[in-house]
Amino acid sequence: MFACIYIPNFAVAAALRAEPELEDRPLAIFDGKPPLEKLIAVNESAKGLGGAPGMTKAQAELCSELALRPRSSLQESSTHAALLDCAQSFSPCVEDSACDTILLDLSGMGTLLGSLPKISRAIFDRATGLGLKANVAAAANPDAALLAARGFPGITVIPAGKEAEQLGSLPTQVLFSDHREGGEKELANTLLETLDRWGIRNLRALAALPEVSLSERLGQAGLGLQKLARGARSRTLVPVEAPLIFEEAIALEHPIVLLEPLAFLLHRLLEQLCARLASRALSTQELRLTLELSNLTGIEDEFDQVGIASESDGSNETWGGQTASAVRRSAALLTRRRQTRFSRTLNLPLPMLDAKVFLKLLQLDLNAHPPGAPIVKIQLSAEPARPRSAQGGLFLPPSPEPEKLELTLARITGIVGEQQVGAVELLDTHHPEGFRMRRFVAEVARKAPVRKNPESAEMNSVVTALRRFRPPLRANVTLKNGQPTRLTCPKKKEVQGVVLWKAGPWRFSGDWWEHDAWSRDEWDLALRNGDAISFHRLVHDRLGGGWFVEGTYD
Amino acid sequence: MSSAVISTSAALGRPFLFDVDAEPEAGLKAPGGTAPQACPERSRRGCPLEPSSPEHRRDLLSCTLNIPQSKLPPASIAPASRLEIRSTPEMISSGIPAIDILTGGLPRGCLTEICGPVSSGRTTVLLATLAAATGRGECCALIDASDALDPDSLAAAGVDLDRLLWVRCNEESPRRRRDPEKCAAPKNTAPAATPSGGKGGPEQSACDFDGKGWVKNESRRSERRLEQVLRATDLLLESGGFGLIILDLADVPPLAARRIPLTTWFRFRRAVEHKPTILLAIAQQPIAGSCSSLLLQLAVAKRRQNAARGAGRGSDLARQRTPEEGTMHCEGDCESIETAHMHLLSGLEMHVELIRSRLDRKPARCVTFETKTAWAG
Repeated sequence: MFACIYIPNFAVAAALRAEPELEDRPLAIFDGKPPLEKLIAVNESAKGLGGAPGMTKAQAELCSELALRPRSSLQESSTHAALLDCAQSFSPCVEDSACDTILLDLSGMGTLLGSLPKISRAIFDRATGLGLKANVAAAANPDAALLAARGFPGITVIPAGKEAEQLGSLPTQVLFSDHREGGEKELANTLLETLDRWGIRNLRALAALPEVSLSERLGQAGLGLQKLARGARSRTLVPVEAPLIFEEAIALEHPIVLLEPLAFLLHRLLEQLCARLASRALSTQELRLTLELSNLTGIEDEFDQVGIASESDGSNETWGGQTASAVRRSAALLTRRRQTRFSRTLNLPLPMLDAKVFLKLLQLDLNAHPPGAPIVKIQLSAEPARPRSAQGGLFLPPSPEPEKLELTLARITGIVGEQQVGAVELLDTHHPEGFRMRRFVAEVARKAPVRKNPESAEMNSVVTALRRFRPPLRANVTLKNGQPTRLTCPKKKEVQGVVLWKAGPWRFSGDWWEHDAWSRDEWDLALRNGDAISFHRLVHDRLGGGWFVEGTYD
Repeated sequence: MSSAVISTSAALGRPFLFDVDAEPEAGLKAPGGTAPQACPERSRRGCPLEPSSPEHRRDLLSCTLNIPQSKLPPASIAPASRLEIRSTPEMISSGIPAIDILTGGLPRGCLTEICGPVSSGRTTVLLATLAAATGRGECCALIDASDALDPDSLAAAGVDLDRLLWVRCNEESPRRRRDPEKCAAPKNTAPAATPSGGKGGPEQSACDFDGKGWVKNESRRSERRLEQVLRATDLLLESGGFGLIILDLADVPPLAARRIPLTTWFRFRRAVEHKPTILLAIAQQPIAGSCSSLLLQLAVAKRRQNAARGAGRGSDLARQRTPEEGTMHCEGDCESIETAHMHLLSGLEMHVELIRSRLDRKPARCVTFETKTAWAG
């Protein structure tokens, strides 16, 4: 068995997927170069107002209620990708028949998904979930399913052997709906005209024609059409392997300045992305947001003036025949052009699939790193990853939920700054600050704890700890026979007094082979300040000179 | 026979009605075991109300307070017997047996305060608690107001570094720090914050001390740090999933720490109340008031004498070393003793006093425990 998913009025569907709020409004899509833009698609409400494909944009603008949107190849390609994702979530054998039509082989799906009507309903629901109003048809052969999907709205299931009966009511135009351009369109028009002259206006009439007579008049093409009309043509699908590219984009008519409306659009894009990823049973670990900023348009004009052809990635410029000044100017423009593209990448510690969490993370990131110019185009892509398999242990202590934790960490980063939050990683060095911060991951923390011998754990635990001053405090030290006897610290009054006890010096040095060489003598000492006694680490910098209090033993 | 006791809430200025029917033993009785007398007005009117009905209680209340019923607050009065009874919190080991014996451990779902002056062992207790919590497999968070944590000490105390989230508060807002020309480099890597030769020393970005002005500046910095601490704590408490959250305010001046409103501590207490989280605050002086369920006061014990004796015992070994390998000297009112470096901080006696505990009515007790240096082996 085969199924077909067909999106009627694809250009309008793509626009509605990007702007669902236009669904109840009359909508027309125009295309072409100004001022010769023409309507290429209209929805039912627009038809009611008199709008029709072929009208000029100027004519359409006379109707104030009509919402006019330019045709967007970005939206159409992402809608087509969503359609493919929808089909591939049901069957691995999928044929990409047209941008609005996908055929899929349902052999063997019965045991997994149930009866044919159930499968058709599931496909329809999945497509609706992806923001697509689709016609779904299932039949014993792919062409019958395709004709039914193009001819009947909603869900159609044709039992085996009843194709001719079910398809009979469809008009003959259905047979030529994929002949849209060039010679194919002319041929289709000729055949349609011929059939119309014969009084053949639906598939039942075409199917009833005698084969020999039809072959004499229309040749093999006529016989092929008749087989189609009877639902008797059988063929194998040409399967495609859809690349795992998850990208959604939206081009804006008016630039966005504030982050709030941007968040609104981002939410929509993220929901679409997440729905697509979910349909392929995937998550993502990396989100890339690319914003095109508004001064790019001016640069393009300047490019035209300079007369240098430019590619979108800025790498394939042709420089032939240009003067040195023009080349220099172009180089400067290219630099500016790169600057007008603003990109942010969210690297997640674990695969996630939650549009709300992604939106919050992007909002926090954009709050911390604002784009700095009005936005004219938003592009969002997700790097697919296998969803994480979490097996909660019954006897493991609770740990933070990864999504919640990521949001919390992003918020705290917004408060204390980057590189100020995370887990500590010690470096293999004797350097006094030999550590670095790395991302705190709850999943790593969820590993089973290492069981220690209680006695040894206790022995390890009660260790005198050092509290560091960052940066170390400069100190004035009185020396006697090279030994510190008194210490004052101008920036911290508490750290001063007579040296009561001392141990040292301990000499450390390192990185002498690099620019940041260090060499120091360390003293541990007890200070008496009035009645109070405190313990400190005193450091003498042997390269730069000077004494510093590095920390307090507490 | 039913009776009622009237009490007044000091905080709200509203009367509370204690339901005696529900818990007879909680009600006040006359000295001879007799129940309080019935409301004379009600007896006079022959009130037909059921003794346990809300109307009866309002009637009783109006009689006792001599206030007309219309002036009594409406149904906002909740019988005390129906108030939620706080369950005894689960006590978790602090990682130091002496403290566990003293307090029974640290209570989950409560705020615990550890106070003490500089070098009194607050951070040592903190690290021991962290080591115990991470050893149990719990995730911990340390909100470090002064960015004073020493990772080497963490590792020496046996803390599982993968399970510890370290929030390093600082004096600058993130926006200001992002400007690379105006601000110092981030302190995530070691070379940026170390005293290395010929680079002007580590204090280049700090302001010079100029009397009164510097003090004002310090106050502002403390405020910024405290703001970051409180906001980060709020977020972590809301996030959940952490077994131990530590607010390290040990280097925050007591005056600045006391500026934290009491309502903030109440909020924290409420936020942590029904969670399996220990909220631990380290400060120089008690700051959370009655919000803390457990308050420990640390002090430097008279341990130098012991340490000195220990140092004397090790002097034979130390004398064989050259001065640059490490010697110990005593000056001032102490006799000069030479010993190994490890003896300076070994055998420090930390004195812990239990000031307040939710579980004990008169908890004043104390213990002493010893510490050792990380390099003592």
